[in-house]
Amino acid sequence: MDHRPQAWGRPRDDVYGAYDHSYLQQSGPKTATQSPVVTGTSVVAIKFKEGVVIAADNLASYGSLARFTDVKRLRTFLGTSVVGFGGDVSDMQWLDRHLKELAIDEAYDQEPTAESAEAAAKEGLNAANLYKYLQKLMYKRRNDFDPLWNQILIAGLDEDDKPFLASVDLRGTSFTSPSLATGFGAMLAQPIMRLHAATEEDAAKLTREQAVEVVKECMKVLYYRDARSLDRYSIAVVTKEGIDLKEDEQLEKQSWAFAERIKGYGTQTV
Amino acid sequence: MFRNNYDNDSVTFSPQGRIFQVEYAAEAVKQGSVVVGITSKTHVVLVAVKRNAEELSSYQKKLFPIDEHVGIAIAGLTSDARVLSNFMKQQSLGHRLTYGRSMPVRSLVEMIGSKAQTNTQHYGKRPYGVGLLVAGVDESGPHLFEFQPSGMTEEMVAFAIGARSQMARTYLEKNLDKFASCGREELIAHGLKALKESLVQDKELTVENTSVAVAGAKSKDGGAKAEPFKVYDGQEVNAWIESVADEKEAAAGGESGEGMDVDA
Repeated sequence: MDHRPQAWGRPRDDVYGAYDHSYLQQSGPKTATQSPVVTGTSVVAIKFKEGVVIAADNLASYGSLARFTDVKRLRTFLGTSVVGFGGDVSDMQWLDRHLKELAIDEAYDQEPTAESAEAAAKEGLNAANLYKYLQKLMYKRRNDFDPLWNQILIAGLDEDDKPFLASVDLRGTSFTSPSLATGFGAMLAQPIMRLHAATEEDAAKLTREQAVEVVKECMKVLYYRDARSLDRYSIAVVTKEGIDLKEDEQLEKQSWAFAERIKGYGTQTV
Repeated sequence: MFRNNYDNDSVTFSPQGRIFQVEYAAEAVKQGSVVVGITSKTHVVLVAVKRNAEELSSYQKKLFPIDEHVGIAIAGLTSDARVLSNFMKQQSLGHRLTYGRSMPVRSLVEMIGSKAQTNTQHYGKRPYGVGLLVAGVDESGPHLFEFQPSGMTEEMVAFAIGARSQMARTYLEKNLDKFASCGREELIAHGLKALKESLVQDKELTVENTSVAVAGAKSKDGGAKAEPFKVYDGQEVNAWIESVADEKEAAAGGESGEGMDVDA
């Protein structure tokens, strides 16, 4: 019997006849990520008068399995911007390392005379600059046929210290809006946020408390209806004063009363 | 004929620890006509004297815009400056495209610094025979940098390089304390006065031979917008030249107005 590794797991020639290798190419084209593996679900964000609120739950799913329940999907950049990642978690980690490196390079370029941290932050890359950079990076990877399998929200302030919120996806598609949501959130959370901030003018009227309330409401709806979500989440508020990031929040005031009225799934017979 | 055996390439130290090729390159900078740069809290100014090779030729440009917010003044080999200028244009445009902002002047200067330094450490290469004053404005305000063929770069409040530039530097040192609070026009006047100090006898600033460039930072409170780097030549500089001519030459009885500018 043939014990060589190349025969492992193949039908035995002496029993089934010679194996047809023709469809197995020895050297095929290089293949990159063709689908995400461990994934994060929605990221939601909304602008308000002085800044942006952004949130994402702490779950990393392996298919439909809730595999990791303590994954922080909001990352800060230079203490002035927050990046929220949906999609592949390993690509998120790669991007996070990449952005840390970028932040270090940026810090080297800083004026040695910049007195305060605030002054230094003003001179560094702001959220709008970061958005432009990520947009180029994602589009480049798409053109290399090796995409970073994420949809990303960038929250922060622009060069005039106005609230800034933008989205980039694995194809390099990019846009800004007064409120944004990725993944399932684009269907479930976006309409709720648009009730409160349909336009830039509306968003500029929202207070910080209102914006936080809207985002918490969205996280709750997402937990009700998105089977790949979790009731523990991270939420960040970005303003001129800096970032207020909380990474282990619990969804409050849940009411599953509506669930009883849902028919048509599972084992009910009525 | 030869000064010594240690100046044939830029990789060999002399026993005294000197690299002669780099020192000779610094000499090339001193052959170029003088350029002056000054910064205030709000503006940065470059001024230069242009030379013409002969009476019938045009004047060689000395000030070049690199990007919206930066420009350079050159002293030394113009053709070497062209290489550096093209490189700086590419880098600052690339930065604008990837980050959507003006490249910080310091990063840009450090890039040409490293580029020039490698030329002093590889056999078969030679240092750039040109010195630059890099002037620009970015998020942190106005900046002026000096660049030397050795690859050394340094931020300056005010500086002058080129032929007889020591005279201009003496003027700058004498008036150093005034610059920070200067307005746009005052700063240009100081620049032209410093430039005059370095002129050879009988030579004057004219609309033909004088170049001025200015860039202004945006105000911290967001009131004033940034003034892009712009080079002024010919008739555009006439008013500035006259404004600094008044004080001394007017007293001399307007003799300066007489005749054509004869090559000194």
